[in-house]
Amino acid sequence: MRIPTPPISKPTSPLHEFLAGARDQLPLLIGVAPFGMIFGALALTAGIPPLEAQGFSLFVFAGSAQFIATGLIADGVPPLIIVLTIMVVNLRHLLYSATFSSYFQHLPARWKAALAWLLTDEAFVVASIRYQRSDTVLAHWYTFGTGLALWVAWQLSTAIGILLGAYIPANWSLDFALPLTFMALITPTLSDRPAWAAALTAGVLAVVLAGLPYKLGLLLAASLGIGVGLMMEVSRSFKTGMAERNG
Amino acid sequence: MNTISLWGIIIGGMLVTYAIRLSFIALVPQERMPDLFRRSLRYVPPAVLAALITPELFRPEGPFDISLGNHRLLAGAVAAIVAWRSRNTWLTIATGMAVLWLLSHVT
Repeated sequence: MRIPTPPISKPTSPLHEFLAGARDQLPLLIGVAPFGMIFGALALTAGIPPLEAQGFSLFVFAGSAQFIATGLIADGVPPLIIVLTIMVVNLRHLLYSATFSSYFQHLPARWKAALAWLLTDEAFVVASIRYQRSDTVLAHWYTFGTGLALWVAWQLSTAIGILLGAYIPANWSLDFALPLTFMALITPTLSDRPAWAAALTAGVLAVVLAGLPYKLGLLLAASLGIGVGLMMEVSRSFKTGMAERNG
Repeated sequence: MNTISLWGIIIGGMLVTYAIRLSFIALVPQERMPDLFRRSLRYVPPAVLAALITPELFRPEGPFDISLGNHRLLAGAVAAIVAWRSRNTWLTIATGMAVLWLLSHVT
C-alpha cells in the first residue's frame, strides 16, 4: 500500500476517511435498502431465479437499470436489446466518470478500477461533496468507504428481498429519504451564481423531462444545467476582463 | 427466459455499465481535457443533485402537481429550509419525513 504524504492542516488516516465515507452514506441507505428488497422480490415475480437475481446486483450494480431490465425480461424482450437499454440508462454515469477523473488522476490503476466499479448516483453525490473540501489527499479512502457501504447494502437488501420478500409498507415513504438527503448535499455546492444557475436549470428541466424513458430526462437536464453554469461563468470572467481593461 | 440468456444479460449489462463508469477515469486524464470541459465539471454535482430532487417533489405520482394535496412538495419545502439553515443531513431527513407523515395522517 502506498502511503500518501500527510496533509498539513488536518491530520487524518485512511481508516478515518473510510469510516467517514461509509457513515455519510448511511442516510441514503434508508431510501436505497427498500429499493434493493423490492428489486429482489420483483425479480422473482418476473421469472428470474434467485441466483441470477442476486447476480444482477452483484455484477451490474445499478438500481434503475436493474429495475428496467427486470421489466423487459418479464416482457420477453431479446437479451441484446436489454443490454443496450442498460447502457442507455447508465449513460448518465459519463458525467460522474468525467468529474471523478479529475479527482483520481494521481491514483494507481487498481484504485481507479475499484472506485469506477463502485461509481453510482449515491456514491458520486456523497463523494463529490467531500472533494469540495481542501484536504483531499486521502479522499479516495472516503470515496471507497461510501461506495462500498452502498454496495454491501445493495447486496444485502437484494438478498433479503429474494429470500423474504419486500416487507416494508409503502406508506412509510422511506424512498423520500433520498431527495431529502440530496437537499442537504446540494447546499454546499451552491457557492456562487453560476452554480445556482446550473442547479435551477437542471431542476426545472428534470421536472419537464421526467416523462422521458431510460433516465434520459436526468441526463439531459443535468447536461443542460452544466452548460448554463459554464456559460454564465465564461460570460462573467469575460465581463470582469473587459472591466479591468477599461477601468 | 433461459439461464444462458439471463447470464448473457447480466454479463453484458456488467460490461457496458463498467465501461461507462471507467471511461473518463481510465482514458481521459484531466490534462487532456479541453479547458472548457474541465471547468464545466464543477457544475456536475449541483446540476445532478437538483435534477434528482425536483421530479420527486413536483411529480411524485407522475403528473406535474403543485396543489396542496402534494404532500411531498410541502414536506420538501420545509425540509429545504432546514437543509439550507442547518446543512445537517439527518435533521433534514427527520424534518421532511415528520412533515410528510403528519400531513398524511392529518388530511
